[in-house]
Amino acid sequence: MEILSKNQRLYWKSVQLFTAGLLSVWFLVSFGAGIIFRQFLDQYFIGGAPLGFWFAQQGAIYVFLIIIIIYCLGMNYLEKKYGLDNQ
Amino acid sequence: MSEQFWTYLFVSLTFGIYILIAFWARASSTKEFYVAGHDVPPILNGMATAADWMSAASFLSMAGLIAFLGYGGSVYLMGWTGGYVLLALLLAPFLREFGKFTVPDFVGERYYSKIARVIAVVCALMVSFTYIAGQMKGVGVAFSSFLGVPFNVGIFIGGLIVFIYAVLGGMKGVTYTQVAQYVVLIFAYTVPAIFISIIVTNNPIPQLGFIGNIAGSDVPMLSKLNSVVTELGFKEYTSTTKSNIDIFCITAALMFGTAGLPHVIIRFFTVKSAKAARKSAGWALMFIALLYTVAPAVGAFARMNFIDTVNEATYIGNSENFEERRSEILSEGGKPIPGWYKDWENTGLLDFNDLNQDGIIQYRGPDSKDNIKNEIVPNRDIFVLANPQIANLPHWVIGLVVAGGLAAALSTAAGLLMVISSAISHDLLKNTFYPNMSERSELLIARTSAFLAILLSAFIGAFASSLPFVAQVVAFAFGIAAASLFPVVVLGIFWKRMNKEGAIVSMLTGLITTVGYICHFKFMGGVEAGWWFGISPEGIGFIFMIVAVFTGMIVALLSPAPPIEIQKLVENIRIPGQRRT
Repeated sequence: MEILSKNQRLYWKSVQLFTAGLLSVWFLVSFGAGIIFRQFLDQYFIGGAPLGFWFAQQGAIYVFLIIIIIYCLGMNYLEKKYGLDNQ
Repeated sequence: MSEQFWTYLFVSLTFGIYILIAFWARASSTKEFYVAGHDVPPILNGMATAADWMSAASFLSMAGLIAFLGYGGSVYLMGWTGGYVLLALLLAPFLREFGKFTVPDFVGERYYSKIARVIAVVCALMVSFTYIAGQMKGVGVAFSSFLGVPFNVGIFIGGLIVFIYAVLGGMKGVTYTQVAQYVVLIFAYTVPAIFISIIVTNNPIPQLGFIGNIAGSDVPMLSKLNSVVTELGFKEYTSTTKSNIDIFCITAALMFGTAGLPHVIIRFFTVKSAKAARKSAGWALMFIALLYTVAPAVGAFARMNFIDTVNEATYIGNSENFEERRSEILSEGGKPIPGWYKDWENTGLLDFNDLNQDGIIQYRGPDSKDNIKNEIVPNRDIFVLANPQIANLPHWVIGLVVAGGLAAALSTAAGLLMVISSAISHDLLKNTFYPNMSERSELLIARTSAFLAILLSAFIGAFASSLPFVAQVVAFAFGIAAASLFPVVVLGIFWKRMNKEGAIVSMLTGLITTVGYICHFKFMGGVEAGWWFGISPEGIGFIFMIVAVFTGMIVALLSPAPPIEIQKLVENIRIPGQRRT
């Protein structure tokens, strides 16, 4: 049973890979830097804030925003690459 | 001019704007009523989503909560923003590509089952009703504390306003009023924050003041705060007493819950395409982050300021002339309580109990070093509310803050109403019981159910103070959304093999386990020592979400694959432009 063309299947593969990559960054900045490695990171400082604490209250949110922006740009690129952008 | 005058002025002005918008954006079809005609521009939908999302609790309570919890408050900051990454990457664009009106719409069609649809309706209604009651209560509190209007009358006025624009305008009216409400609330939040930041750190940008030094010194604000609070016997501000596993689970439950909340998901049905849905999720997070990165700064500044001005201050009773007594204390070289303290004392948000009878307020933590007992309990809402006065801002700013708090409560309530009304008229009546219903009658029923839902939630809100569950809404709403709705929606998109049997078992597993755990530990006398793996009821939704995913997948693999049309549907929502609606 083939519903999608080869081109569309390749597109979906890249989307999945791209999504998985971005989600690992999502996990690392919040659960990683903000929780699991907080105590370790707290020996370093950003300005006057301990780094782990800063990630939990500020940094993670900024990175979340960057992740979504990269996702939007990346998806536009993938749609174009596989010729799916003007349907 | 008095504070009350300005508060009346701002509240009636903003309410007038909301009603005008409602008349301008009336809905004339079910498509407009449910999804604002699918043509809201991404940036406006981003603003509307932000207002929809940020409730009375985000606006009034979050900064104060963080002020008391310190690092522990991070669960809300990460949890309530990180969910947008999941929404943008895993749900919003695909559900928009699917192109229908509601979350149960997707569940019902993707799992070719009326039973699945009805279970999804039950989940959506449970989440929305618990959540909306808290908003109505917030509206009542705002009215009774600032406008001198009785609590129940306040709820009635708030309900009436929401009624006008939600029932008339449907999703279209709600969307455009939410845009206006976002502007009001973000302005009301950031203006006092900027001035507080200047006072404490000399930096006008709160996010930078947060990591900067105390004004006029080279000591970082957070180090100072850490040493001050530990001196008083509290835990270090940037640290926590909670276990890492509990912090992890609560954050995760809030994130996955956010991504599974129906009133957030439906906002992404209102834009034109999957591409617009992605973009709009980015805008939404940006508008939310504006408040969420300021809140921890406000929290830290407020805690600092509170200790500076209230701890060891000489109390001035109601029988004394405040100004006279104040200058008298100052001339004796003492520290009188600040002016804002007196203004807020009567609202019951500050509770001073002079245990050692020395007429001085002592603020102490549980590990107090000088063995002096704590004498004051500030309500967490006080910090945002008193900010304008602490910063010596003009009276009209207070009016603005009250209007902002009301905007936050009303916008969230309206978004929830849309979920409730569409779940009843569209999912239950039209798609489950009376498929032949005409569009006109569906629209009429949608309006009627929105009306009944307002009545019911106003009623729950009015009795909220005597109902224990309203305070626990966070655990319930997010736990249920994470454990019952999130798994079936994401599996429905990313795993073609997921079938009807798996979906039904998965939703029921998530729903029953989460509700059972929360009820046991919140209302049926369960104690902290009994928590599984030390996980609090707020975080358990994450664990049961994983359980729900696996039981659902196992059941799906043991039963027949979904029909070929359904597999085709799944393939089509993954590829842009395959579905036309």
